[in-house]
Parts: sequence; C-alpha cells; structure tokens
Amino acid sequence: MKHWTLHLALIAVLFSAQYWLSPYHATNLARIMVLAVFAMGYNLAFGYTGLLSLGHALLLSAGMYAAGLPAQLWGWSAGPAFIAGIVGGGLVAATLGLLALRTAGVSFMIVTLMFAQAGYLTLLYFAPVTGGDDGFALAPASRTLMGIDLSTDTPRFLTALAIFATGLLLSLALVRSFFGRTMVAMRENEERSRMLGYNPFTVKLAALTLSGLYAGAAGAAYAILFGYVGASFATIQYSILPMLYVLMGGAGTTLGPFLGALVMFALIEAATGLTTAHQFIVGAALVVLVLFAPKGVLGTIRERWVRWLP
Amino acid sequence: MAALIESRDLTLHFGGLKAVDGVDFTLNPGEIHALIGPNGAGKTTFVSLLSGRRLPQSGTILLAGEDITRLPAHARVRKGIAYTFQITSIFPRLSVFDNVALAVQSRGSRDLASRTRAALARLGLHGLEEQEAQTLSYGHQRLLEVAMGLALDPKLLILDEPTQGLAASEVDGFKALVRSLVPQTTVLLIEHNMEVVMDLATRITVLTFGRVLATGTPAEIRANPAVQEAYLGA
Repeated sequence: MKHWTLHLALIAVLFSAQYWLSPYHATNLARIMVLAVFAMGYNLAFGYTGLLSLGHALLLSAGMYAAGLPAQLWGWSAGPAFIAGIVGGGLVAATLGLLALRTAGVSFMIVTLMFAQAGYLTLLYFAPVTGGDDGFALAPASRTLMGIDLSTDTPRFLTALAIFATGLLLSLALVRSFFGRTMVAMRENEERSRMLGYNPFTVKLAALTLSGLYAGAAGAAYAILFGYVGASFATIQYSILPMLYVLMGGAGTTLGPFLGALVMFALIEAATGLTTAHQFIVGAALVVLVLFAPKGVLGTIRERWVRWLP
Repeated sequence: MAALIESRDLTLHFGGLKAVDGVDFTLNPGEIHALIGPNGAGKTTFVSLLSGRRLPQSGTILLAGEDITRLPAHARVRKGIAYTFQITSIFPRLSVFDNVALAVQSRGSRDLASRTRAALARLGLHGLEEQEAQTLSYGHQRLLEVAMGLALDPKLLILDEPTQGLAASEVDGFKALVRSLVPQTTVLLIEHNMEVVMDLATRITVLTFGRVLATGTPAEIRANPAVQEAYLGA
C-alpha cells in the first residue's frame, strides 16, 4: 500500500507543479518527464534485468520516427502516431534482442552500440525522408488530439504527466509482479535462474521488449509534444543519457529514473550557463557516480534507511 | 520397473580428459541412489549432463522413456529434474523468501506465499524469510539451496555434495529430510561422506576415470574388491 501511496504522491506533486512553476520551467519539467519515461524503460532492462545496453538511442528514435514519419507522410493525428511509436519501439527492441541477446556482458554492450550506430547512419542515409540531422517539424494537425494542440503549454504538460504517470505505475506493478522477480533473478544469478526452469533468453527478450515499448513511447511523445523529429536523437548521446539518469537516481528503483533525469537536467542547465563544455559535466558526473555512489541516490537510501523502497 | 532416468553410452571428453566415458546408468523411481568416486572421477560432469547444464558428445539420456539428450536445462527442470549446486548458488542479494518464491512460482503462481513458507519450514528456515540470503550462515545457505530444489516439486532431485560444510547435528536432520522425500521424489546424491552414503543409499554407483566401476547395494559395494582397491581401501 505504501508503495502506491508514495508513487501517487509524486504524481500529485508533479500535477500541482503546473500552478507554481513558470511556463519555462513547466516546459522543462514536461521534457524531463518524457525523458524519465525513456529512462524507466532503460531501467527495466539495465536496473532490473541486468542488461547493460549502449543502444537505447535506437529504440528512442524508433519510437520517434514510427510516430513522426506516418504523421509527416500520411498526416496521421497524434493518437495513432503515438501508438505507432510505442509499437515501433517494441518491435525494434524485440528484433534487436533476437540478435543481440545471443551475447552477454561486454559483447552485449558492443553489439547494441553497433546496431544503434547502424540505425543512426540509416537515418542519415535516408535524409530526404528522415530529414537527417536537421530533422523536420511535425505539422500542427499531427500534434492535435481531439481538437487540442498538444504542443501548447498546458496540454503538453498534462499529456507528458499522463504518459509519465502511466509508465511509472505500470513499472511499479511490473517489478512487484512474478515477472519482476524473474527479471531480478536474471540479473542476480542467471545460471541459478536457468536451473529453476526459467529460459534466460525469453525472459531477457521480454524485458528488452518492454524496455523498447517505454523508449518508443518516450520518442513518440517527444515528437508530438515538442513538434520535432530528428536523427540527433539516434546518436550515442541518447544511449548514454538514460544510463546516466538511472545510475544517478538508482538502478533497480522505480523512482530513480525520474530523479536522475531531474538532477542531470538541472545540472546540465546550470552548467550551460557557466561553460560551453556541458558535455564534460555529463562525463564527470558518470565518473563520480561509478566511483563513489554506484547505487545512485535512491539505491543508497534503500540500502541504508528505507528497505521497502521498490 | 521402468527407469525414471537412463543414460546409454554417455560421453563427454574435454580434449584428452575423458570426464564421462561411455556411461550406462539407470535410476529407478523412488530410490536414493548415491554416486561416489574419487575427486575428478566425473561425478559432477555426469550429473551436469543429466540436468542439461552440459551437452554430451555422444550417447542418449531418457527420462521416463523420452529422449531428452538435447533438451535445454530449463526445459528439463520443467519436466521435473531439479539440480542443487555443489558450490552454493543462491541469489545472494535477494531475501530468503524471494529465493524460494522464485522456485515455487516456476511451478505455478497459486498460493505463492504459503507454498514458499512451507518449503522454507521443511528445511527449518522459517523465521528467516526477510533476511538477505548472503547474510545467512554457510550451513543455512546450503539448506536454502536444497529448499529451492525441493520447492520445484521435482520427480528427480540431484544433490551435489549437500552435506559439505554442514555441522554434524545438521547432517542428521538432513538425512531424515532426504528419507522423507522418497518414494514421491527420486534422489540422486553425490556425496563424499561415506557414513551418509551407506546410511541413506538404496543403491550406489561408483565412478572412476569417467567410467562406471560398479553398481549395487551398499553391502555389495562394500564387498566389491575393485571398489575397495580404487576407492574405499584408501
């Protein structure tokens, strides 16, 4: 019960934020919530199942283009485009998993990185359709749901919150389910799990596909709410960022991805005011985290004080 | 009586090392069968072939008449072959409850909590549910390992040196537990403690250099000159 109360309380606080944040910060928070959905997906694969992927930019951009291209080419509206994005992310993740899950550990990192780079180069190669690095803006009709333009301030904020809240509560339900326990078992001791009758390949494939559905939803939401689709979201940077968010907030905690996204976003925002080398801040944060707080903020809190934190 | 598990001419060589070399072996339903032999005789490799952790180079394995030689390990577990590891293999960072619940839910999710508690109580681990498994004593970790195997409700339970590291008092309790499993469960036991073997086993198979040296009742094995020379006489 207290798990659900805690998560609903966070959602309530975020809902209230639209009344006390400036429009500029509210837009940033909407962006953070969308990125947090991406990070929650990454967390299901990495934090819970132990799949260290360096290719999640592929899944984010799969969702973004699966939503954006039909919108651009055939004038799909926001609803169908969003669903297409989720499905796109899931399908690409399942395909990636069928190939990459034949490997594990460092090989899995390299293979996923390679596929993500191939995906990025493919987007560049088909620049006349995809817009390449410049991308394209989504037509207003494709940003509209039931007559409301989702890329205006309040609808954008509420839509981002709705997607975030759904993703958060689903991930809470998932990690507390039988399948959630099986995912963690894969992370903790794959050989033992196998000898308890679980097929590691199918469990990991399912986890990676779920992760892809989240990434796809985030990519599609980004396209619709911010009206932009571009290959820059397929770069390695967007594979590193969710890992960083998850490590910062706490891998294998349900609230860690959001907290990590929030803190990193604020950190980069602050650094951008001081220096043009804000990528350096990202790198430095990663090094500091790995060295001094490998469990992240919530992972450390769970270990020391709040044992029940999901 | 139809064999529960049967191997025919089972072979696995690692380069020049003949770890398992043409083993014919039959396990009858309901028996406690001990597998003994000197270190390096191929006991663990042999049961790895039965459980599917390794695949043989040649030979066949039949489970109740069905050929399972190429079946992956997790599918064999689902068919009722449970294996407990020689080197304790638990989920160290998960709670004792979750460790056993993972085994229980693999057989079906009904009444998960009560079935898990029952499996823990059977090994005397009740009251430790919320503890992190890695904080248990070594003896308790061994028992947890066995609890996970038992919770799978197997037809065949393979125990790889289960009493290693147990205190003398715990060994007695363990023997009583194994006896209580048969005849519903068939037990294949790798064990170095001869007292436990002679006490528990209904039949014994002796392996040396990857081959079967002898099979028989404890009395027959004790009286066998070849066994005495190779193993017991030492």
